[in-house]
Amino acid sequence: MNINATLIGQAIWFALFIWITMKYVWPPLQKAMADRQAQIAEGLAAAERGKHEQELAAKRSADALREAKEKSAEFVAQAEKRAQQIVEEAKGNAKVEADKIVAGAKAEIEQEVERAKQQLRERVAELAVAGAEKILRKEINASVHADMLGALKQDL
Amino acid sequence: MSAEGGLTTTGYIQHHLTNLAVCSDAAKDAAGHCHGFWTFHLDTLLVSGVLGLVVFGLMAMLASKATAGIPSGGQNFVEMVVGLVDQQVRDTFHGKSALVTPLAITIFVWVFVMNAMDLIPVDFLPFIAQKVTGNEHLPFKFVPTTDPNLTFGMSISVFLISLFMGLKVKGLGHFMHEVFTVPFGAKLAPVNFLFRVVEEVARPISLSLRLFGNMYAGEMVFILIALLGLYQLPLALPWELFHILIITLQAFVFMMLTIVYMSMAAESH
Repeated sequence: MNINATLIGQAIWFALFIWITMKYVWPPLQKAMADRQAQIAEGLAAAERGKHEQELAAKRSADALREAKEKSAEFVAQAEKRAQQIVEEAKGNAKVEADKIVAGAKAEIEQEVERAKQQLRERVAELAVAGAEKILRKEINASVHADMLGALKQDL
Repeated sequence: MSAEGGLTTTGYIQHHLTNLAVCSDAAKDAAGHCHGFWTFHLDTLLVSGVLGLVVFGLMAMLASKATAGIPSGGQNFVEMVVGLVDQQVRDTFHGKSALVTPLAITIFVWVFVMNAMDLIPVDFLPFIAQKVTGNEHLPFKFVPTTDPNLTFGMSISVFLISLFMGLKVKGLGHFMHEVFTVPFGAKLAPVNFLFRVVEEVARPISLSLRLFGNMYAGEMVFILIALLGLYQLPLALPWELFHILIITLQAFVFMMLTIVYMSMAAESH
């Protein structure tokens, strides 16, 4: 084991390599590694944010769905009520109309009956007069009995 | 390769444990071996330098193309290694420093690739080096961390950086105060100073000798296995597999202790 000037040479090599590492190897690598670390952290944070947002969106959509369901149920109930109302109304109207028609028809019938009676009365009186005329032509004067016939006509 | 062609077992082992040294003619002895301080181990300098240039050049290239988006395979791998080191630094070092993490990355990666040279069969690279240079007896020790000069070069650098960091973070006054008063108080200032010196000196020595010892011993076992002729085949594989653990562990330990020393230097006792 002999120590000699090789030692100085080695120290110079050593210093040179330390300098290379210090200037050209470590700083760019350190920067790249730190940058990558930052990127990864950012990515993870973004993923976390996305997850959170997705949860929020799911909640929002569930809310919207529930609201829509409630609204539609409300609409259906309203519509049913309205239909009921319309049916009731129609029923009422129809009854009134029908009553009116029935009343009209009854009145007409009465009128018709009255007119028929009138005609009948006149015809009966005529027939009676005609009959009586034929009978009385032989026995009595028509003019004499006109008052009596008139009284009879009133009674019919 | 077993001992053949006139090469003895001792010679083979010694040859594998000899560095390719260069020095001025004045420092050579009669047999042409280099002595004295001004000797350079060409193999250690060359292999560690080329490995470092390749691996840090590659990392710098990948880092320059790094994006925050989906990383490419290479970028992903570099990020994994760098992220592992950075995590250790974060767990251990609580001060603020632009130097500690790059320092730890450099140590871990560089020591790992140098240790990994141990996994190449012991005669491959020396054989190539001998063919290239045409010198049949050229020694070529291609695992740089088995050279104490490298481990001491690193650990002394780490020691100086931690000293500098302590001074910078605490200021000269606070630093000197700590040196002379911890752990026994101001009345025993010389003892405190002595303790501190022993502590500070022991750190780089233990740091470098740990790495050197482990790798040297591992290399030695590889050399001994390589001496067994055909029997090396069933033995080399398990030792290689086991060695993968050792090279990673030693690189990690060197890095971890460096971080600890830095954090001790930056924090008050």
